[in-house]
Amino acid sequence: MTPMKELRVQLEVLRYNPDTDTEAHFQRYELTCPEEWVVLDALNTVKAEIDPTLNYRWSCHMAVCGSCGMMINGTPKLSCHTFLRDYEGTVIRVEPLAHFPIERDLVTAPDDFMEKLKRVKPYIIPKEKKPISEGEYKQTPAQLMKFRQYSMCINCMLCYAACPEYGLTPSFIGPAALTLAHRYNLDSRDGGRKERQEVVATHEGVWECTFVGACSEACPAHVDPASALQQMKITSSIDWIVEHLIPGGNK
Amino acid sequence: MSRRPLVREVPPTSWYFHRPTYLRYMSREITCIFVAAYCVLLVVGLQRLAAGPAAYEAFLLGLKSADSIVFHLLALAASVYHAATWFGATHKAMPIQIGENFVQPGVISGAHYVVWLVLSFVILYLAGVF
Ligand code: SF4
Ligand code: FES
Repeated sequence: MTPMKELRVQLEVLRYNPDTDTEAHFQRYELTCPEEWVVLDALNTVKAEIDPTLNYRWSCHMAVCGSCGMMINGTPKLSCHTFLRDYEGTVIRVEPLAHFPIERDLVTAPDDFMEKLKRVKPYIIPKEKKPISEGEYKQTPAQLMKFRQYSMCINCMLCYAACPEYGLTPSFIGPAALTLAHRYNLDSRDGGRKERQEVVATHEGVWECTFVGACSEACPAHVDPASALQQMKITSSIDWIVEHLIPGGNK
Repeated sequence: MSRRPLVREVPPTSWYFHRPTYLRYMSREITCIFVAAYCVLLVVGLQRLAAGPAAYEAFLLGLKSADSIVFHLLALAASVYHAATWFGATHKAMPIQIGENFVQPGVISGAHYVVWLVLSFVILYLAGVF
């Protein structure tokens, strides 16, 4: 077996301690890591061997749980999915996810996102209620494919950290929550679109989006939230036309 | 231990310098200014036309000035960039599903280019170019 190549890694990590600090500041860590390691591995080594006071979130280490999102050199990324070798010879700047309040070091407060997620009713509101005796709600593969991509979200919030509109206007419902609304609207079993439109077709909803597209670039699950939002703008516009310009359309 | 989350504000006027993605977005948006300016120019042309032959001749002469030619070239470049970025994104807004699969993005944006070309020729034809 060929010996593992090692990398000299320099991290510049944003620190904030709510008990003692009024500002955040950067702290530099230097360590040696195998070249196939990811940024999260380096942080784990820092915590285990250099500085046990460092705080950050992670769980799965395989881009599934969505809890390890951070700004890496200013770009929102999953730290378990960001290879050190791609930054060889540079100082890697690690910051908490942008646009969210910093709880401590790299840990942010996701409360706002959770609240917004609830507002879009991200669950099936059955078109017609059937008794269990009538069996399951059936769906064809084509009906599944219609929304499947939008159901792959891992709630990592990278899209919120990427979205300048959310940063500037925090009341914006934002990419992931609106995309989930779209996912359920597109589901053949669902009949809740009208209820969701009360949140979706508003200035805090899709009309806050100016199609920067940064959410889709950031998304590690290839959900492409920007596409969902543009599609919802079109259907919301059609609703408006039907309601206001077609006689009897608002029935 | 108390919760005292630190909020970092986004600078309202300089945020788009922070990432190349934002700069690309801004450059796409700024091309609108040229598109709008060209629309104003067309309206002025109509107004000159309504004002009589002498006014219209003077307007046409003005179009041949160096400033006007530079403006037209810039407006053309901006419009082409604007259209290309939008055509490139149309498959996101208007996906077409056939059975279980979606039509390739290139086909959807390609169709827009074809329509663009055809309409351009129709307009040139109506304008008496051919
Ligand atoms: S849409 Fe993508 S980037 Fe946004 S929370 Fe879901 S997985 Fe993360
Ligand atoms: S640790 Fe679970 S997504 Fe990175």
